Amino acid sequence: MLKTNVVVIGAGAVGCAVARELSKYQIGVIVVDKNEDIGGDASKSNSAIIHTGYDASPGTLESQLVVAANPMYDQLTRDLDVPFRRIGAILPAITQEQFEKLPAIKEKAFNNRVYDVEYKTGPELLEMEPNLNPEVKGGLYIPRESIIDPFIWVQALAENANENGVAFLLNTRVTGITTENGKVRSVQTTGEEIETDYVINAAALYCDEIAAMVGKADYFVNPRKGQFYILDKNASCQVEHIVLPIPTKLTKGKLMCPTIHGNMLVGPTAEDLEDKTDKDITTEGLESIEADVKRLIPNVNVRETVTQYCGLRPNRNPEGLHFDMWDDLEGFVNLSGVRSTGLTLSPAMGKYVVQQMMNHGLELTFKENFVKNRKGVVRFHEMDRDAQEKLAAENPAYGRVICRCETITEGEILDCIHRPLGARSMDAVKRRVRAGMGRCQGGFCGPKVIELLAREWNMPVEQVRKNNEGSYMVVGRMR
Amino acid sequence: MVKNIICTVCPMGCHITVEGEGSEIASISGFTCPRGEAYGRQEFAHPVRILTTTVRCEGGEQELLPVRSRQPIPKELLMDCMDVLRKTAVHTPVKRCDMVVENICGCGVDIVASGEA
Amino acid sequence: MYEIKCDVAIIGAGPAGLSAAVAAKKEGAEEVLLIERDTSIGGILQQCIHPGFGLTYFKEELTGPEYAGRFGDEALALGTKVLLDSMVLEVVPEENAVYCVNAAYGMTKVCAKSIVLAMGCRERTRAAIQIPGSRPAGIYTAGAAQRLINRQNAMVGREVVILGSGDIGMIMARRMSLEGAHVKAVVEIMDFLAGLTRNKVQCLDDFGIPLKLAHTITRIVGSQRVEGVYVAAVDEHRKPIPETEEYIPCDTLLLSVGLIPENELTCKAAVKMSCITNGPEVNQYMQTSAPCVFACGNVVHVNDLVDNVTVESMRAGACAARYAKGELDHDSRVVNAVPGNHVRYLCPQYICCGGNEDVKLFFRVLAPDSAVTIIARCGDEVIAAKKVKRVSPGEMEHILVPIQKVTGDVTVEIKKEE
Repeated sequence: MLKTNVVVIGAGAVGCAVARELSKYQIGVIVVDKNEDIGGDASKSNSAIIHTGYDASPGTLESQLVVAANPMYDQLTRDLDVPFRRIGAILPAITQEQFEKLPAIKEKAFNNRVYDVEYKTGPELLEMEPNLNPEVKGGLYIPRESIIDPFIWVQALAENANENGVAFLLNTRVTGITTENGKVRSVQTTGEEIETDYVINAAALYCDEIAAMVGKADYFVNPRKGQFYILDKNASCQVEHIVLPIPTKLTKGKLMCPTIHGNMLVGPTAEDLEDKTDKDITTEGLESIEADVKRLIPNVNVRETVTQYCGLRPNRNPEGLHFDMWDDLEGFVNLSGVRSTGLTLSPAMGKYVVQQMMNHGLELTFKENFVKNRKGVVRFHEMDRDAQEKLAAENPAYGRVICRCETITEGEILDCIHRPLGARSMDAVKRRVRAGMGRCQGGFCGPKVIELLAREWNMPVEQVRKNNEGSYMVVGRMR
Repeated sequence: MVKNIICTVCPMGCHITVEGEGSEIASISGFTCPRGEAYGRQEFAHPVRILTTTVRCEGGEQELLPVRSRQPIPKELLMDCMDVLRKTAVHTPVKRCDMVVENICGCGVDIVASGEA
Repeated sequence: MYEIKCDVAIIGAGPAGLSAAVAAKKEGAEEVLLIERDTSIGGILQQCIHPGFGLTYFKEELTGPEYAGRFGDEALALGTKVLLDSMVLEVVPEENAVYCVNAAYGMTKVCAKSIVLAMGCRERTRAAIQIPGSRPAGIYTAGAAQRLINRQNAMVGREVVILGSGDIGMIMARRMSLEGAHVKAVVEIMDFLAGLTRNKVQCLDDFGIPLKLAHTITRIVGSQRVEGVYVAAVDEHRKPIPETEEYIPCDTLLLSVGLIPENELTCKAAVKMSCITNGPEVNQYMQTSAPCVFACGNVVHVNDLVDNVTVESMRAGACAARYAKGELDHDSRVVNAVPGNHVRYLCPQYICCGGNEDVKLFFRVLAPDSAVTIIARCGDEVIAAKKVKRVSPGEMEHILVPIQKVTGDVTVEIKKEE
């Protein structure tokens, strides 16, 4: 039996942000996640955009948290060494009908206290974004819409929380929650049972199942699938801003934007499902992305794709972001309806959750030795030649390039394996340092990364996995 | 018995038809060069293949050594030879053409190193 | 920064680079340097342990390591230097420089009078062809699987389906069968074989592996590891026919769906590229639009036989050596080599008329055919012609063009015999 003060269920962006916020205080925290790596579900497959909240429903908790979170990123991404860029979004109106909707969208932004949304004429937009549909009539510019590396964001929060004392139990599924006299007592897992005063449910897609364990599931979550294309860094048609469609009543639509590493991202679809494990790429989904985005960017060429992926948004029924604590269930904190804005609002949610817990009687004292900074893995390919030379001279592992497409060195891979919450799988390496993210998709570096993982974790090669249990890469030695 | 054989001597891929019984050939047609005819006859009566695989290699960085049969071996013995080679190990240093298994499976052909270690 | 000076720097010590080095040395280049990212020379041939190499060049059947070994031994005997474990980060033609990074020397600048690009090619991926379905472990390009099996001593799977009838795919079908795996099918979307007939006979037929032409994989199934694939016949537009769909359980999917010249460095060096071959455009000296930069082998266009790579690379190496000595003609009139009827592309794309050696134009046809004539003409004048029994997109064709007769752009086309 483990003992702690707070168990956070779910090591996604929200769970890790809450854990990091708690790590500023003198309190024991354990984060539990069923996946083998942090950020293994919705936090890894999204549009990697830090929103402003201009289009949220005014007055909602979601609006409040997204709007509060956006300005936090400049400092946080510096403190935590996370790639982040304020590139701005444009919302071009192609048809007359869309053009007439612009004032209402701007009004909504105003009601969300996003005051810096600007009207731009068609020619102005075409100057900003030459690949835009030339029929554009005008549109809105939302300067603080930004892009981030969502994997590194979650890793940074988790690593920093870990450095400040938060424990992480990965590959560990929560199987039950024991309460006693209207109070949380312990969490049962596929590993050890954890005695705790608080449970924070940040299980996203599975938060209904966790809430059901304590009889508080007055809602259910269905997955809303979003498929995306990632285009080559050399794609013939590129954009420099986040190019958003004018939303319809049915959908927010499909966008095109650069990723923080210079690829183009195109998507997503929005398909309501029942099966929480259906992450299939479909021909229909991909075709709909192409058709829709071509209305905005007519020359986009999805043939130049390096990969496609799909994420499942946790869609709450009934809708809406909810924070709940109950008088008859002391110590249980329920977060539900965290959907596509979850990545953005995570740092604000961290603060919100902790403050609410304090409002409900949790007494906290700051840690005098809290470390706010986290240093990431160096990015060899972004350095100038002199810096590369210095690094390779100091440590020969940085003179050995393993991933050719993204120019990732052995030094970076070794660092990502050996740092706190280090990578144990192929995907974990890929998400930390991008080995295998390029146009050959690990065809060249994959076999080498398998060897490095086996060597560094001192395990037989057949135990090297792509990600979770069962996803073995090879079946064994030949000879 | 009639066998339709696609010639593999060169990229032409001629379709050779051979008629006969056992290793006795009554007629052969469809080839376009003497090597093709020889191949057709061999393939009908007694098909042979070059076998290439790896064996375990001890004493060096690389765990495997590529090996080959010096000449083609009877096709029906391929799997038997593989069973032998799976259990075979060599020790460094190895040079190309070094003997690995002499007269494998008694077929008169040697297995030799095709790489170095 | 560590600096090396040489006459000819060659990027890549695979079959192309080794042949180029041998030829450059023989042409009289004093310092020839091979820059190789692997820890040993030979390139992809090190993992191509199967036979079938050298049939046209050496008139005998060699394995990949043997073929590479012959050129490697010769290159080293001639005094070629080799920089192993070194990844080239940038080629800068204006500086006559190659920047690479190396575990022993760190950042290294190689200054060369001429540079030969011989980086080879890479494999198309599952994502490039957008196969629907889940994204489990157990999906490999055939070459990656070949590396794991033949060099890293790791068996990739037991129950295998292979998409694409390219040579590497078929070679891997045999390799895995010999190692006791069950190869359930080779699936090819076209209605003809992508690779060599020889490989179909020896790699598929010998092991009773079904070849499904005009079929494709419609969906990958498996949450952690591949559990199976759906396979369906395709119509004349290569669209799957739903009612023909069948499920094949397997734990491994290998892809042999094409190779793409590896030209990250070439593009970065602003060398002019062909949008058909995805490689640099070259003249008959294998010289690119940057005069000091030459290119050969699969980095220029994907070859079927390594023997062709050798011949082409020897030309590149020799011409690079001549360029380094200031002896290569590059002032003469340049004409285009233009693909005509049924021809997908020509290589070289340019012909310098001033040379005195006849020019061998390599090309690929668009569709299989038999009893055809290959014709090269300038305007209406036929300057070369040859009859061939059959042509196939899977096999490289060539025609020798007499340089004296080249008066303008040269068009190569396929004519059906009457």
